[in-house]
Formats: sequence, structure tokens, C-alpha cells
Amino acid sequence: MPEVAVAGFAQAPNVRETAGTTNGVEMLVPILAEVFAATGLSKQDIGFWCSGSSDYLAGRAFSFIAAVDAIGAFPPIHESHVEMDAAWALYEAWLKIRTGEVDTALVYGFGKASAGQLRRVLALQLDPYVLAPLWPDSLSLAGLQARLGLEAGLWSEKDLAEVAARARADATDNPAAQLSGRVDVAELLDTPYVADPLRTHDIAPVTDGAAVLVLASAERARDLVDRPAILTGVEHRVDSPVLGARDLTRSPSTEAAARALDLDGVELAELHAPFTHQELILRRALGLNGDVRISPSGGALTGNPMFSAGLARIGEAAARIHRGEAGKTLAHATSGPVLQQNLLAVLEAR
Amino acid sequence: MPVSEAPLSAPLNVGFDYTRSTGPVLGRFVEALRERRIEGVRGSDGRVHVPPPEYDPATAEPLTEFVPVAAEGEVVSWSWCAAPLDGQPLSRPFAWVLVKLDGADTSLLHALDAGSPENVHTGQRVRVRWADETVGHIRDIAYFLPVDAADTTPTEDPPPVAKREEGAPVSVIITPVHLRYQHSASPEESRYLRGLAEGRLLGQRCPACGKVYIPPRGACPVDGVPTTDEVELPDTGIVTTFCIVNVPFLGQRLKPPYVAAYILLDGADIAFLHLVLGCAAEEVRMGMRVRAAWKPREEWWTSLENISHFEPTGEPDAAYETFAHHL
Ligand SMILES: [Zn+2]
Repeated sequence: MPEVAVAGFAQAPNVRETAGTTNGVEMLVPILAEVFAATGLSKQDIGFWCSGSSDYLAGRAFSFIAAVDAIGAFPPIHESHVEMDAAWALYEAWLKIRTGEVDTALVYGFGKASAGQLRRVLALQLDPYVLAPLWPDSLSLAGLQARLGLEAGLWSEKDLAEVAARARADATDNPAAQLSGRVDVAELLDTPYVADPLRTHDIAPVTDGAAVLVLASAERARDLVDRPAILTGVEHRVDSPVLGARDLTRSPSTEAAARALDLDGVELAELHAPFTHQELILRRALGLNGDVRISPSGGALTGNPMFSAGLARIGEAAARIHRGEAGKTLAHATSGPVLQQNLLAVLEAR
Repeated sequence: MPVSEAPLSAPLNVGFDYTRSTGPVLGRFVEALRERRIEGVRGSDGRVHVPPPEYDPATAEPLTEFVPVAAEGEVVSWSWCAAPLDGQPLSRPFAWVLVKLDGADTSLLHALDAGSPENVHTGQRVRVRWADETVGHIRDIAYFLPVDAADTTPTEDPPPVAKREEGAPVSVIITPVHLRYQHSASPEESRYLRGLAEGRLLGQRCPACGKVYIPPRGACPVDGVPTTDEVELPDTGIVTTFCIVNVPFLGQRLKPPYVAAYILLDGADIAFLHLVLGCAAEEVRMGMRVRAAWKPREEWWTSLENISHFEPTGEPDAAYETFAHHL
């Protein structure tokens, strides 16, 4: 089976609110042009298109159909969609190339989280019988998870603030980041709780954004980019939707996905952790020691565009290889409540 | 590109009742709630799960051994909700809690009415405050209370329920869903809608393929680039295709039969749906020349509703070949 490589990546600025439509067209058109210019491809060269987005974020049924205008869908194209982070759309595109059906694919994700009340909209991801009817918001659920770890002694509030401070400092080099800058950990710990035990800095900001990623067979990718980032492993797993039956201080699905991959020699890991304590859960699940640089882009805590933040982690990890800054990287994406679904991708220069 | 104004934007509120059949496990659980009892189910590892999953989390086998548990237990974790959102169990500040009920091994998510975060701690003993009227729904547990607290406050109205025979088990639960959005039109659509408020029909031309779209689009579906060049179109055109509506339906504004048609304005490359009135329905035909019938100017706003309908001009029909590629 052909190997698959990431050959191009672009993302829209991560912002608190865009003036655009919920179908993402205004955010997608410029970044599609950017990846086409960088790879020398045109839309006629793309064998398969796949996107990730959500009708609940847009407040409209089949909202992803309108986004297809951004890719110029005539003459007819082969196109698919997942109602998850676009990292899972990447998985579908990766399979399409692995089977040999196509040798290029374009994956995109978008979301205008600012159009609705994000933390309430996300309650509709939950079990519709015993959880969603209570409308538990995403911040409160993360708060329950954070406290379990605090009281078990797995992390302290200071540990969490240090994660936030590192993320914002790293994001100063990321022009797409929504939040960045030097912050003092002690000052962060003096701020009030938003969802006790979580403070503002523990929570990814509400973000509008979009990301685009070009996949190609490893052979084709050599024509498109100097140093293709070969996807040497992609794995995803899911944990039980029954929140009270899970050990929320761990991520068994991430652990299981990691066991199926070779993480030896990974130099940096882009983790999709929308809450500070979730970064610590993921680091432990992945067995990442101090030698592995964590989310040098700043990660989701500095900009968390719904349905493209996970795809962007894969793009950021690939871009480090494209630029010759790393030889082997790991990317993680999450979807659903409190790290329910997790996807890992290992990328290597060859 | 015309001078840009902020795109038009307006509240969009959507709502629907999520109606779900419960099946044997969740049905039994909500039926017990209606009777102010709580039942869990025993998993393959011997643990008692509350709320009961339909299938074993470890083996995925169906679960059938029901186990009654207490309406009292202890807090496993909590998070303070200082500003409750629409639809949450309490409208005053409360704690979200994971509660392990006595006799259960897993925990249930719900709300704890405790006044302030100082009154909440892990390990705290809490008990169910039942809804004043139970209907067979997770909201029959109105919320939890510290075990020794008084419960004099009346609970909120129960959620809607499906009709059922007296004495029949709960087989359907209904959850009302209401979401609020701020919907924005694209810059191109906004130009078009503002034009309508002035009685103008503004299309836009794709800079790549030259096609004129009305309404204009955020991106040409052929080329994937925004339509940019503004084109003012006349209010005359042709019927490309049509249907005669004979069936009455809820919310219908005209008495059937009437004609809904695709109207291709002169100079446009895409047709839009509108009404053709002013002649008998059976006289409408493909290629027929029509003109907009505008509502009185004082009724105009940013809507295509400013055109009440289209009506025949009496000119000769357009030849089929002239619009065949617009069908
Ligand atoms: Zn065009």
C-alpha cells in the first residue's frame, strides 16, 4: 500500500469572532489559495476532498454543503464530510490514498464557534437520555475532570498555570495564535475561578477558524514539497460515553492508540488539549518525557477553532518537518466531551 | 469591489423537541425514576452502573441484571457553576457533581443545590430532591441536596412527555432543544440584500468564469473564488422551469393551485425560485417572459419578498436553446 505524506498546510488566523458566515467560505478561500500556491497544485489535481465541521455550531442543517462552494465543486468532485474535528476527515482521506484509489487529497475543517453559545452547544454531543437533557456545559465537565486530578494529587493548580504560561509564551512565534505573550504564573493563580477549579487561563478561548491540509502519496508528495512529512502511523480510539464510568484522570483511548504506534525518537508533540489539565493527561498517556517539546505552536490553549484545531495540530507537526526543524513528530487530535475520542498521527521525514 | 460595509447579521433561534424511544434498559431506568426509585445495572465485572448503560462498557454484551440503589450517596467530584445556562437543572448558582449513589460503583452527573462553593466538598453526603411531578425522565431528579438540608423550594415544571396509556410504561422521552445564534450573511449576500431594500437587483460576476450570480455567492461554485464585480440586473426574465402546487400544506400563504418557478433574470446565469401569478396556472410554460410585481415601496426591506411575484409580460417566449444550459 502506498505511504501517505502531508504535503501542505495552511490555517486561518485564530480569532474570537469573524464577521463571516458559518459556512466558513470567507476563511477557507484564502487558505485554499495558499496551499495551492505552495504545492503548485490546482483544484483539478485533487483526487478526494474531505471536511470536518458541525451543523450544531452553525445552527443549520447540512451546513457543510455551503462550504463546498469554497473549493469550486464543478465539474463534480469526490467529496465527504465528518461531523467531528477534521483530523478524522484526514483519517478518511489517508485511507483513500492507502487503498490506491487516489494519490492526492485535500482535507479541511472550519467552525464559527462565535455564532452560538459554544459551551452550551457542546452539551448536545453528550448522551441524549441522561446527560444532554441536563445541559452540562463543556467548561463544567472539564472542571469535574480537573478536580479529580487535583484531589488525587496528579497535578496542582500551579502545574496548570505553568502549562498555560508555557503555551502563551510559545504562541508568540505563531502568527495564527489568538492568545500569546509572557504571563506570570503567580498572577494567573490570583485570578478568579470561571468553573471552579478552572480559571480563564485553564480554558481554550472561543475561536473562529479554519485549516487546510494537502495529503499525497509519498511518491507524489516529493513533487509538491521539499521535505514531505510521511504519516508513518495513524490511530484513533474512543472511550465510553458514560462519563461516570470512566476514570476521567486518564485517557485510555489515547493510551491504546499510542500502544499501536512507534513513538521512539519523537522530537515534538502537538497536543490538542483545550484545557490545561488535559495536556497533563495526554502527556502521561503518551509517556512523553522532558526531551519531547510539547505544542511549540502554543496549542489549543492559544486558539481552539472548533473542528479544525485537531487538524491544525497535524499541520503544525508536519510543517516542522517541511521546514527541516524536526525529523519525527507526533500530533494528537481530540473530539467530543472531556477527551472522549482521540487520534494520533506520527510524521517522519524520509 | 464595492465599498465594504459590515455584513448583515441577525439573531437566529432554532428549537425542536428531541423525541427518543427508550428501549428496555433506559426505559426501565426512567420508569423507575417516575416512581422515585433508582435502578442501576450490573456489568460483566460485577460493578453496578448508574445510570445504566445498555451495553457493557468492557465486553459490549447487552446488560440485563437490574439492581436497585439508594437515592443518597457521596460526591466524587464537583465543579461550581456560577452563571447557569438555559436548560440547566437550576437557575441559581449550583455545583455540577458526580455522585456515587449507595449501592452503585459508577457515578451519576447531576446538579447540587448548595448555595455557594464553600458548602461543597468531595466525599460530601447528598440525596436526591425529586421533582414535584415525575414523568419518566432524568429531570425527575430535580437536583441533589446536602443530605441534611431542607427541601422546601418547589421544583420547576416537568419536561414534556409522550402520550401513553394510563399505567403503560414510559417508552419515549422528549427533550426540548433551543439554541440561539447570531447569523451573518456573506459580504456579497449583504450587498444583494441591501440592494433589495432600495428596489435594486444586484448580482455579482465571477472574475474567473464570468458567470453572473443572483443572489451573489461567497465563492463561485465552479472556481472557488469570491464573486466580486457588481452587476445590476433588470426585473425581467424568463421562466426556466416550474411546478404547479396543488397540495395544501401547513403554513401555505397562497390557495392552490399556484405556480412556483425558477426565474432567470435577463443577464443572469443562475435562476432563483419565485412565484408566477397573474395568469392561469396551466398557462405558465418554460421560456415564458415575466416581470417582477413589486410590493408598495413602504413595505420594502432587505428581502426578496419585496417582489410579491412575477407575472407574464406578454412578449414572445424565449427559444429553448437560449436557456437550455441554465436548467
Ligand atoms: Zn466562476
